[in-house]
Amino acid sequence: MAGVSGKNKVVPGFAPALGYTIFYLSIVVLIPLSGLFFKTATLSWADFVAAVTAPRVLASYRVTFGSSLAAALVNAFFGVLVAWVLVRYRFPGKKLVDALVDLPFALPTAVAGITLASIYSQNGWLGRYLEPRGVKVAFTPLGIAVAMVFIGLPFVVRTVQPVLEELDQEIEEAASCLGANRWQSFCRVLLPTMLPAILTGFALSFARAVGEYGSIIFIAGNMPMVSEITPLLIITKLEQYDYAGATAIATVMLVVSFVMLLCINLLQKWSRRFAE
Amino acid sequence: MSIEIEAVSKSFGTFAALKDVSLKVPSGELVALLGPSGSGKTSLLRIIAGLESPDSGRILFDGEEATRRQVQERQVGFVFQHYALFRHMTVFDNIAFGLTVKPRKSRPGKQEIRDRVHNLLKLIQLENLADRYPAQLSGGQRQRVALARALAVEPQVLLLDEPFGALDAKVRLELRRWLRRLHDEIHVTSVFVTHDQEEALEVADRIVVMNGGRIEQQGTPSEVYDRPATPFVYDFLGSVNLFHGRVHEGTAQMAGFRVSSPENASAHDAPAVGYVRSHDIAIERDNAGSGGIKAEVRYLLSVGAMVRADLALNDGDRSIEAELPREEAERLKLKVGDHVYARPRKMRVFVEDYQI
Repeated sequence: MAGVSGKNKVVPGFAPALGYTIFYLSIVVLIPLSGLFFKTATLSWADFVAAVTAPRVLASYRVTFGSSLAAALVNAFFGVLVAWVLVRYRFPGKKLVDALVDLPFALPTAVAGITLASIYSQNGWLGRYLEPRGVKVAFTPLGIAVAMVFIGLPFVVRTVQPVLEELDQEIEEAASCLGANRWQSFCRVLLPTMLPAILTGFALSFARAVGEYGSIIFIAGNMPMVSEITPLLIITKLEQYDYAGATAIATVMLVVSFVMLLCINLLQKWSRRFAE
Repeated sequence: MSIEIEAVSKSFGTFAALKDVSLKVPSGELVALLGPSGSGKTSLLRIIAGLESPDSGRILFDGEEATRRQVQERQVGFVFQHYALFRHMTVFDNIAFGLTVKPRKSRPGKQEIRDRVHNLLKLIQLENLADRYPAQLSGGQRQRVALARALAVEPQVLLLDEPFGALDAKVRLELRRWLRRLHDEIHVTSVFVTHDQEEALEVADRIVVMNGGRIEQQGTPSEVYDRPATPFVYDFLGSVNLFHGRVHEGTAQMAGFRVSSPENASAHDAPAVGYVRSHDIAIERDNAGSGGIKAEVRYLLSVGAMVRADLALNDGDRSIEAELPREEAERLKLKVGDHVYARPRKMRVFVEDYQI
């Protein structure tokens, strides 16, 4: 790493810059998170294991991580589609659609949750057509996934969009001159080029969904063992003044999330091995 | 395969890129489309490839109508100025791409693909870089890979869009000679677009000079260079000096020179423009009846084997550029400020009406 601080760099100050970065990350991320671990450490090992492996807690992990994964997958697919349409086509109201994509970012999550819950409930705009057909969205795990899709949509769109914009039309022309049909050009040329961006968007969308609270609790129904997400369980514990129990669950979430993001990052690194 | 272009026109919005262009490319020839930017040469190339469709006119491959044929069916190899390599694939996979996307029944086996790619790698002299990614190659290497990729599908026609435009001077020179040798080996009908006249003169069997969406002239490099058909071609190929004057019954009077101009025998005291290439200006120390005019050397510049001289004519109100071999300059002992006599060895006169 010493090479990075070489004398011929335009911007000087490798040492202060790195120092500041570490200091900043410590204050903002590391110290609060280590507080979590210290609080958890007040539990004995047996108590810790009991707290994090209670059946209700295990069920909430399944709901949270399962729904997040499903939502991130849905977002990866439709996010690419939206990005594709926004980059490749011109249509009236394109700017409006482009702005619409960011709305889930800006909306207070509670507003989103209440809106979604009322739309998908039995008498809501969509719920009234879905429920007679046996599709219950509001107050079920499906509703949780819907809320997660909603809040995670911008991530994939916004990471894939610039990559698509930068993609040279000539690449596709080269592929078709070589005899590739549209499907082959897409699968073998475009998709691999977009893959790192898609993975980044997927990871961000997933992470956001795992941590989401506000919009989900309104639509989830919050039935223990069925549609109770882990963040809600943590809040419940806090309300019962069980701080150590709450931080224990939070610790597990943190570790699982970290490991998953690490895996995705490695995958992403592999997928952009060509850009050395 | 021969290519025929019949009365092709193409507009982009209000801009007419091609105006009623007709051209024949005989089988096995290497043809250069030469012209300034916006002359329509790239549009023509893309229409041949099928990447654009003409507004009117026809494209024939070997006498067969191909205007409506899809790009994929045309069997053309296309080389882009900026290589357009697939950056997520290795050199090997890039070259093999065209073979691996073939429909299953006409796709060669794995071993055959490997053999063919290795033969092409040998041809482009990059055998040991098969596993590299395009980002790890130099510009010249990338362009060679792009060429091999285009050749892998054994195209009937090879089309190159400013293939050396993005390379530095030395690599460009090397690569264009290599392309010439390659063409002598494989004889695939090739069309390449360039705005570099030197490149066209050196590489092509035939040159098609384009300007403003039309073909100005076509012919062998020496035809185009020695007998330019229009003032534009004269101006575009090589550095040239311009003289204004009048032409009367086959004799032109230009800025103190008298030149015979038999092709304008019917002109009657018409305003005319004369073109003289820099290397067709002779410089003499004395004016022994050669009809030269007095000039003063303003500036001397040695460029390789040639010396370029700026000469101020007569009273110094205008200057011309002469190019002479270095030993000639040494024999004359040319120095800045010298008074010499300049004389055009060859001048081509166009009556003013043809002026662009």
